[in-house]
Amino acid sequence: MQRIGVFVCHCGTNIAATVDVKAVAEALGHEAGVVISQDYQYMCSESGQNLVKNAIKEHKLTGVVVCSCSPRMHENTFRKAAASAGLNPYLVEIANIREQCSWIHKDIASATEKAIILGRAAIAKVHLNTPLTSMESPVVKRALVIGGGIAGIQTALDIAEAGFEVDIVEKEPTIGGKMAQIDKTFPTLDCAACILTPKMVEASQNEKITIHSFSEVSDVKGFVGNFTVTIKKKARYVDETKCTGCGLCTEKCPMKKVPNEFNMGLDNRRAVYIPFAQAVPKVATIDPNYCMMLKNGKCGVCSKVCSAGAIDYKQTDRFVEQKYGAIVVATGFNPIKLDKYDEFAYSYCPDVVTSLELERLMNAAGPNGGTLLRPSDKTHPHTIVFVQCVGSRCDDGKGKQYCSKICCMYTAKHAMLIREKYPDTEVYVFYIDVRTPGKNFDEFYRRAVEQYNVHYIKGMVGKVSPKADGKIDVQASDLLAGEQLHINADMVVLAAAIEPDKTARPLATMLTTQMDTNDFFTEAHPKLRPVESATAGIFLSGACQGPKDIPETVAQASAAAAKAIGLLCKNSITCNPCVAHSDELMCNGCSACEKVCPYGAITYQDKEFRMPNRTTAVRRVASVNPAVCQGCGACTVACPSGAMDLNGFSNSQIMAEVDAICK
Amino acid sequence: MQVNENFKPVIVAFCCNWCSYAGADLSGTNRLNYPANVKIIRVPCSCRVNPMFILRAFQKGADGVIICGCHPGDCHYTSGNYFTRRRITLLYSMLDFLGIERKRTRLEWVSAAEGAKFASVMEQFVSDVQKLGPNRRLEDLRCRKQ
Repeated sequence: MQRIGVFVCHCGTNIAATVDVKAVAEALGHEAGVVISQDYQYMCSESGQNLVKNAIKEHKLTGVVVCSCSPRMHENTFRKAAASAGLNPYLVEIANIREQCSWIHKDIASATEKAIILGRAAIAKVHLNTPLTSMESPVVKRALVIGGGIAGIQTALDIAEAGFEVDIVEKEPTIGGKMAQIDKTFPTLDCAACILTPKMVEASQNEKITIHSFSEVSDVKGFVGNFTVTIKKKARYVDETKCTGCGLCTEKCPMKKVPNEFNMGLDNRRAVYIPFAQAVPKVATIDPNYCMMLKNGKCGVCSKVCSAGAIDYKQTDRFVEQKYGAIVVATGFNPIKLDKYDEFAYSYCPDVVTSLELERLMNAAGPNGGTLLRPSDKTHPHTIVFVQCVGSRCDDGKGKQYCSKICCMYTAKHAMLIREKYPDTEVYVFYIDVRTPGKNFDEFYRRAVEQYNVHYIKGMVGKVSPKADGKIDVQASDLLAGEQLHINADMVVLAAAIEPDKTARPLATMLTTQMDTNDFFTEAHPKLRPVESATAGIFLSGACQGPKDIPETVAQASAAAAKAIGLLCKNSITCNPCVAHSDELMCNGCSACEKVCPYGAITYQDKEFRMPNRTTAVRRVASVNPAVCQGCGACTVACPSGAMDLNGFSNSQIMAEVDAICK
Repeated sequence: MQVNENFKPVIVAFCCNWCSYAGADLSGTNRLNYPANVKIIRVPCSCRVNPMFILRAFQKGADGVIICGCHPGDCHYTSGNYFTRRRITLLYSMLDFLGIERKRTRLEWVSAAEGAKFASVMEQFVSDVQKLGPNRRLEDLRCRKQ
């Protein structure tokens, strides 16, 4: 027989002003199974909680119903109170008679009647509550960082600093990411490599950090605190442990015409290459698409010149399996492809470049050794036109609807650097708006306009047409002057929108994390949980979550590290006990629940069951991993045999509430 | 159609814990008024609402059932509300077959920030059900109040 205690809160006058609390306590006292029904001024106060605790002990209660404010407010308070009095916390139910009753209704009679019905529904539910215990699940004290750009490096360094092992998985042959390609950074104009490469070296030398370069995540299993990840180490045909990074092979390789991706294809590299001088790890990689030895077995020069004997043409992809407690995603961004923007002549005119290409053209380690020359004829450009928002803030479906955030600032930087180095070059910037929120950002932009006389023109470029004399005609409108312009330019620079890396979506599927329609990872809460994903144990760092500049990326990287450290510090984590469970005797193994589970928490096992006449039979039945299940209940509805049920919100509990309300 | 002003419909509202239940709380915090006929049942996700619960409510004498969940794409559990949307669509064809007016069952997306929307949706739903009159078709007469 159930012994239920009902506690009705006045909440000062918040409830008592519109609900006759005495009448509610009186009416609920007559419900079946209720042995005590009390009202009190403030049930959540110390003395109110003591009232509950004493009643639990005195009346040996098997269930508690508190008629008070929303369970979102004080459910935990009363659960803790019950637990301290020796009652399982999940035997407490809250009837929300403040937010959903007294604050809504003005008429005392109808509000009181509703409060009684809500109380009855809670009593009906608590009759069927079962004691639940939270499971403890151990935490593997190792973190995985996916992506080795500045976000990934910063996160890894911070986690390693706290004393935990970290692995970085980077798909390129070197860590460094986009920041390594950038020439200078705004608004201070530091050299990007000068501030990035020491961090890359620090990461490689930190004994807590393992870098898996030229590798990809190929499979993720498990759950928070206990992920099992398979890392695919792609064949680089060079033994990482033997290669000293001397670079002799990259000088002797006869295959010279391979577009250099690090310089955005503006110059060539060899088939065996080290992406750039400060690469980490500084190990050569053979490109199998161009290597003659790998393609037709004729050459082998690199193997002959390598004194370390590191070249291994027979290397194959290797798979490494490792356990992690936390995963940080830092997959970063790429500029969009501009094939849909033929009006800017990007595909056929070499002097129309993207901003990232301009970074390489201006970089001292770039194709021209730091002298800005036109890619077509290597002459010095005298007029340069910058086009903003190419693919950003587009409503036409060709580009992205969002603002790429960083373009206004890097264009101001480019314009300023060009005017500084080549004062005879005229620079025009066509913009929709100039957006410069950020510390010292607007001052920086004002300097470009006022001190460096960069011509900022509000308006969009309509057409870019290369002319026979090598010049480029830029047709644009000046919205403020209300006139059409033709600019005879030598170079055009397009501020291409940025988009998440292509590897992000398959990765999100593996990690069962959410993404928005633009393939940016979705944070658990846009304001209050910006670095966690909705999936427990997965954290977000950098531009994979949304467009960001370097300071914001680093800030988010450290925040993600702090969250990951917070998880790794724990020896075990408490799981929510309100999870699904399957009645093995009723389950027919149809897989309907497995298909709807968004977390992959349901697996099937063959189990032996006793059958009539002392026989046994093996049947396939569903089993729920309580550490993975988040308790949404999708499976309970999908289950045709009614075997699947949800702790805390079981079919019978909800039915009982429905019955109590409709009675 | 004659609207019976004295008829007080019984309305069961299923609200998902993360969006709509919080939205309902918000309409309370903002002191927005909606009819007292609406009684809310908290569920973890709108996809926890078994169509059986809805039929049970009608059987036990409810005049209208409303299910509120997170907006599409905002589900706390990634995809729960998409399941709900499909299940309710299927349920509609069954209710059509049973002869229960479609307006008695409603699926709404209410976010945790939409307290005003929650109140106006409830107001509207109650007045719609009020116009339809009592649910007699599925009500189990043995359950009727004496």
